[in-house]
Amino acid sequence: MAVNYSAKEEADGHPAGAGPGGGAATGGGGAVKTRKPDNTAFKQQRLPAWQPILTAGTVLPAFFIIGLIFIPIGIGIFVTSNNIREYEIDYTGIEPSSPCNKCLNVSWDSTPPCTCTINFTLEHSFESNVFMYYGLSNFYQNHRRYVKSRDDSQLNGDNSSLLNPSKECEPYRTNEDKPIAPCGAIANSMFNDTLELYHVENDTRTAITLIKKGIAWWTDKNVKFRNPTGDGNNLTALFQGTTKPVNWPKPVYMLDSEPDNNGFINEDFIVWMRTAALPTFRKLYRLIERKSNLQPTLQAGKYSLDITYNYPVHSFDGRKRMILSTISWMGGKNPFLGIAYITVGSICFFLGVVLLIIHHKYGNRNTSADIPN
Amino acid sequence: GISHLTTCLCNKSLILLLFQDSEFDPLKFTSVIECENPNNDLSRFRGSIVHKSGKKDGLFKENLLLRGCTIRNTEEVVGIVIYAGHETKALLNNNGPRYKRSKLERQMNADVLWCILILLIMCLFSAIGHGLWVWQYGEKKKPVFDVPGPDGKYLSPVLASVYLFLTAIIVFQVMIPISLYVSIEIVKICQVYFIHQDKDLYDEETDSQLQCRALNITEDLGQVQFIFSDKTGTLTENKMVFRRCTVSGIEYSHDDNAKRLAMYQEPDSEEEEAAPKGGTLSQRDSICSHQSIKVIHRSQSTKTHRRTGSRAEAKRASILSKHTAFSSPMEKDITPDPSLLEKVNECAKHLEIMRGHEQPLSHLSPELCDIFDFFIALTICNTVVVTAPNQPRQKVRDRFELKSPVKTIEDFIRRLTPSRLTSGSNSSSSSSLATNKSMHRFGLSILSSTSTESTLLKLEEKLAYSAQMNNNGYSSQQGRMAVGSGPEEGELRYEAESPDEAALVYAARAYNCSLVGRLSDQVSVELPHLGTLNFEVLHTLGFDSIRKRMSVVVRHPLTDEINVYTKGADSVIMDLLLPCSSGDPRGKHQKKIQTKTQNYLNLYAVDGLRTLCIAKRVLSKEEYACWLKSHLEAESSIENREELLFQSALQIEKNLHLLGATGIEDRLQDGVPETIASLRKAGLQIWVLTGDKQETAVNIAYACKLLDHDEEIITLNAESPETCAILLEQCLQCIESKFSNNTIDEATGNMTVGFTPLYPPSSPVLSSLGLVIDGRTLAYALEPTLEDKFLALAKRCRSVLCCRSTPLQKSMVVKLVRDKLKAMTLAIGDGANDVSMIQVADVGVGISGQEGMQAVMASDFAIPRFRHLEKLLLVHGHWCYSRLANMVLYFFYKNAMFVALLFWYQFYCGFSGSSMVDQWYLIFFNLLFSSLPQLITGVLDKDVPAEVLLSVPQLYKSGQNMEEYQPHMFWMNMIDAMYQSLVCFFIPYFTYYDSEVDIFSWGTPITTTALFTIILHLAIETKTWTFLHWSSCIFSILLFFFVALVYNASCPVCHPPSNPYWTMERLMGDPIFYFTCIISPVVALLPRFLCRTLQGTLFPTQLQLGRQLSKLSPEIRNQLLTKLNVKKGPIHQTQSFANSFSPNLVSNASDSFKPYNQNTPSPASPTNESLFQEHKKAERATDLIVSASPQSALFYEESSLPSSAHSQERSVGFHEITHSTSEMELSSMGATFPWSSAVDQTDFSLLKWITSTPLFSRFGTVLQVSSSSLQNETQDSMCVLDSSLQEDFKDLKEQSSNNFQNKMKGTPP
Repeated sequence: MAVNYSAKEEADGHPAGAGPGGGAATGGGGAVKTRKPDNTAFKQQRLPAWQPILTAGTVLPAFFIIGLIFIPIGIGIFVTSNNIREYEIDYTGIEPSSPCNKCLNVSWDSTPPCTCTINFTLEHSFESNVFMYYGLSNFYQNHRRYVKSRDDSQLNGDNSSLLNPSKECEPYRTNEDKPIAPCGAIANSMFNDTLELYHVENDTRTAITLIKKGIAWWTDKNVKFRNPTGDGNNLTALFQGTTKPVNWPKPVYMLDSEPDNNGFINEDFIVWMRTAALPTFRKLYRLIERKSNLQPTLQAGKYSLDITYNYPVHSFDGRKRMILSTISWMGGKNPFLGIAYITVGSICFFLGVVLLIIHHKYGNRNTSADIPN
Repeated sequence: GISHLTTCLCNKSLILLLFQDSEFDPLKFTSVIECENPNNDLSRFRGSIVHKSGKKDGLFKENLLLRGCTIRNTEEVVGIVIYAGHETKALLNNNGPRYKRSKLERQMNADVLWCILILLIMCLFSAIGHGLWVWQYGEKKKPVFDVPGPDGKYLSPVLASVYLFLTAIIVFQVMIPISLYVSIEIVKICQVYFIHQDKDLYDEETDSQLQCRALNITEDLGQVQFIFSDKTGTLTENKMVFRRCTVSGIEYSHDDNAKRLAMYQEPDSEEEEAAPKGGTLSQRDSICSHQSIKVIHRSQSTKTHRRTGSRAEAKRASILSKHTAFSSPMEKDITPDPSLLEKVNECAKHLEIMRGHEQPLSHLSPELCDIFDFFIALTICNTVVVTAPNQPRQKVRDRFELKSPVKTIEDFIRRLTPSRLTSGSNSSSSSSLATNKSMHRFGLSILSSTSTESTLLKLEEKLAYSAQMNNNGYSSQQGRMAVGSGPEEGELRYEAESPDEAALVYAARAYNCSLVGRLSDQVSVELPHLGTLNFEVLHTLGFDSIRKRMSVVVRHPLTDEINVYTKGADSVIMDLLLPCSSGDPRGKHQKKIQTKTQNYLNLYAVDGLRTLCIAKRVLSKEEYACWLKSHLEAESSIENREELLFQSALQIEKNLHLLGATGIEDRLQDGVPETIASLRKAGLQIWVLTGDKQETAVNIAYACKLLDHDEEIITLNAESPETCAILLEQCLQCIESKFSNNTIDEATGNMTVGFTPLYPPSSPVLSSLGLVIDGRTLAYALEPTLEDKFLALAKRCRSVLCCRSTPLQKSMVVKLVRDKLKAMTLAIGDGANDVSMIQVADVGVGISGQEGMQAVMASDFAIPRFRHLEKLLLVHGHWCYSRLANMVLYFFYKNAMFVALLFWYQFYCGFSGSSMVDQWYLIFFNLLFSSLPQLITGVLDKDVPAEVLLSVPQLYKSGQNMEEYQPHMFWMNMIDAMYQSLVCFFIPYFTYYDSEVDIFSWGTPITTTALFTIILHLAIETKTWTFLHWSSCIFSILLFFFVALVYNASCPVCHPPSNPYWTMERLMGDPIFYFTCIISPVVALLPRFLCRTLQGTLFPTQLQLGRQLSKLSPEIRNQLLTKLNVKKGPIHQTQSFANSFSPNLVSNASDSFKPYNQNTPSPASPTNESLFQEHKKAERATDLIVSASPQSALFYEESSLPSSAHSQERSVGFHEITHSTSEMELSSMGATFPWSSAVDQTDFSLLKWITSTPLFSRFGTVLQVSSSSLQNETQDSMCVLDSSLQEDFKDLKEQSSNNFQNKMKGTPP
């Protein structure tokens, strides 16, 4: 039987011709199309396969390799992160001693704006380009209703949306029957403090040039955000028929003097409109470019920060910070990733050693394959 | 499925009344039929027909033709439909189909509910969190980021949390794995496809392959715990083949025949289809019932009208039509054994000479005489009907005017008058015809239940011829020639109630002793050199399961003696033999023959052959006359007629002269024993539920290794619910006590001698118990009060055999096990009688191509052969289960892990229901990005290769124990999912903490990380990597990036609120993104990876070991596998030692029919009580034996030990003790104690005693083996060892047993 069967198996390649082996009585199965399944590797589930077995012996190289790769990466990231200079000032003014304490309970539209000046000292000079951020804490820009509360087509310069904003913007869609431009809660709550940085040297304050362009994503500035189109370049005319957001002191077309940074394409506005992922976040405010190769961008020394304090955060226990930071290939200062890599690498290496020991102690036992009954 | 030919009986008086010598005219039929309501009891029908005249005739099951029966040899049928449609017994026996859901899916559904609960908890948590978050800002100082509603009003914290609860449900809804159901369906369809495509499950011979008819329970195949199998057609091919015989103590092994059978292995399967069917409901030996009153006309119809169901193939149909009855060539053509053939010829020659010289038959040597009688008995002692296929159809008007068995004393006397005196050619027959006719007219005839009257086959010329032969005893050469030249003599077909009868007739024909015709009162046998002999059949005492034998009473045409030929189970026939006095040499010789025959019978039984003993008794006319009187009384009595007939049969079937024995093989299907062995190794408990009679079933069970010869068999045959209850109770107690005693004794044995037992103490006894229960007892045992006990007993048995069970009982048994034991059941069968069982079981398997389509239609899987079950379960079942289990678990993990990411984010967005993952990613994540790898793994993963699964069936247990998907695994996976999501959330969190990152630039790395983690998680769980796995994983990741890039570049304003324009592009230019995406999966998967590694190294599961096994080179693997088997070997043997000492519990507690109880004047029940008490005593005694034996066995084996002398001494002591206890037992048992086990015990103790004498101590171990097998009435090969020692010893055994049996039965010697 067995012999015959295997013989047929071989003959399987040419099904029609092969008569049933040896059995005259089988009644000519050859001519009839048989239902015999094809003997292909796929159909018989015999595809060539790799069958890894997870035992100490087989996986310990993986642990060592991970360890050996992760530790250098971790060190690299950590060093890079450590080389980044960062300086942070909380100017919320919670403490009574703080110069900005007086502005703590400022409202959106206090007409004589509250200003305060904070002096600080940089211990180390900032060699490369410095990025100036404002940071907010406990500010839930990721709130579900908040995130939704915008009209992208309006911001993209769509004229119909300009005058008839999306319903998502409610209740900041219209004000006094006029469509708000830009509509929505995000725009309405736009950060509107003004920060000015001075280098104080022998009581003389030298204003440091803060570049306000190039802080937004290029695609945002050029693709996503567009001013409404129409005859002429007069933004005032283009935004005719709309009204400013409730909290804004002035309409959108008066955000900046330069036309290519005004209206919806104002970069401060664009940066604000990119809603932060976490309640503690920072947003790029200005750039400080390195002037010459000889001098650091910001020398060590005394500086003062002039703040036009417009943005109320005290009501919801928010904090406002100003951050100066240099930047590396991996962004801002964050030691976490480096430490994580080093730790994980070390753990893997350690586990590799443990597994090596285990493998030496127990690894050989398995060859006896004692399957209990 | 079993095919039965049963002769159908019609009440003659009824027929006569109906017909009144005219054609039946329905219009004129005015009688009223009263019958019982439709019910599902196949073996019962009661009704009556009330004629116009007010006369009432009873209708019984013999008058009922069930739906699905096939009517053969019948030209016209006139009947009345009593039940139709859904009221037929066939349909009432069929329960409707059951919606089946796999066990895994049920478990999964429970976990889905848990998922919903987790979801609700998460939502509730978020809602409360949000409420608190809103509340903390108070009424007045609303922050700018808390956007009021469209109307500019803020919601109250409570309302906000209520709304958020609903929002959260939407956000977290992925937790409920709706896609899981879709994926499972897809995976199952693919699994089914692969099962279909397996060429190992294809049957070359029938060109049929496995069919999965149920798509949703593939994984149940991997979890089966109980297999309920039909016997005939499932385990066997339902073809009886004559294999060997023993005549007067000489064995004829028929080696050529065996060779021929081996040859048939191949082509015969084609013939298998020729085996006819019993129809939708096989009657299982019950007497064929008629559904209506009907008349059977004679016919010689050639074609069988079979229900072939929806069989389509024309090829098969043509084959079917070629073969008529129960005869494939394999069964028909028997190669005679040369030596026996020679003897037959010699015998025939002698006979011829003798006939020439008018010498009496007794001049023949006893052996030749036996041979001659043996074949005569084979030929006539049956109910086989001869069909001559091409006989011209004849309507014979005088169909009822046949001769019948002797009915009256007058008839007998008339018949006994030497026929020579009644000269004239056919006066005898005609006169008897006349009387019979008159008898019928007067409605006096009462037919014996099994007479063959109405299967009519009468050739006119033969009748005349036979009548002539009757007259002069010897048939003439001329007559033989006449018949020989008759049309299609060689084409004669035999149709029998049971196929083994036909096999015997065919066997006899091979020795030129062929049955040429059977009428109700005479049988024509054609013999070489002698021509046709006509035996006048005086009585046929049909087979019944209590007597286990059938007899015919004939008048021998040569000697004119009244001969009783009896054919029956060896166990009963051997007891009925004429006790031979040891004094006279003839008796001694006869005794030797009996001993030898018994030995051969045991051999046959070991080979799994169905053994039958053939015996003969010559009655003197006075004896016959005496018996006839009582028999006729019995026949004519109306109340308890059956019982009286039984008694009368007992009276004539005694003092028999043993002629020989036959071994018939009910051919097992290919590979059945192997399949059963490996399924059993796989931890499956196999029950055989058959409608067959007990002996047959037990024989087959032995043949297919379902029962082992060293196994203890508990037989439950009870006649009433009470006895059944007592029996069950006793058996349970006995098992328990034995078990506990054994362990205790082992322990003490260890202490005193300091031996470690070779066998493990864990349940050696339990594993080797077999339970045999018959249908009636089963019916009692299935009653609610007893079913628990029955189950408790059955659970302890390694195998259970239910004989004579009805279809409904089968399904009840399955249901009982399924519901009470909460076990996964599989039912396999091939016939319509298995349908309800198949439907009830969790997995129903039908064997296709044998028995019509009913079983297949009802089944979930249809396989061509039983052996395919092995691969279906062990490989595909295991794979399907492990694949699906892993996939389900993975799915839960995957969803939980992904949803948890969103949940953690809620802590950082004021529980506002915000999501950092883009909504499209949320939608596509399950649908596109992570679905393909898991589907591929679910379809194609192989945890252990097929070869290993087949060679190490133990691996199947993982599925039975649900090792792949245990309840705690769900929670482990959930915890792992939580951990992984925490990692995947917080690594990006800390990386991007206090940075200018926006929601979606932060969410995209998290999504990516999650995807990597999820796919790598699957990679850890994947055991087999084909290029499909690789490509699916890589494809998924690439697809994600592709979709992300395209989506993020497509439209700057399209997808509010996320508006992910250029996010991905920007991220991909950011090294931090990559660093995050590398470290997160590593950290997330490290624990799981480590756990898997450590577990695989330190505590590998069987499956992992199996996987390792597959990695080894084939040689080493084979070595290991043999080691594995060897390791089991010795354990097994010692087990057999330990078990063989317990009594064989054949508990025949029937009270009404019990012959033994005749003598006892006391009512049945007290006797039973006392019997049980006695039995208990016996138990105690055997316990002692048990306690002694393992130790002594050890002693013998370890005879090389320094203390061997001492130990021998001790063992002698032991055995003396056992001897004395058994002596005690012997004396206490009294004469009416009918337990055959007692006999075994005494023999056994005797044996033990012999073995324990120092002289034999060297043979100790050998004798142990042989004694154990002796005790089970089945000898090992040891017994055939040509050692005089053995012989003597068996003689001793025989003697003692015979003596004892005689004593017990109180029969006069």
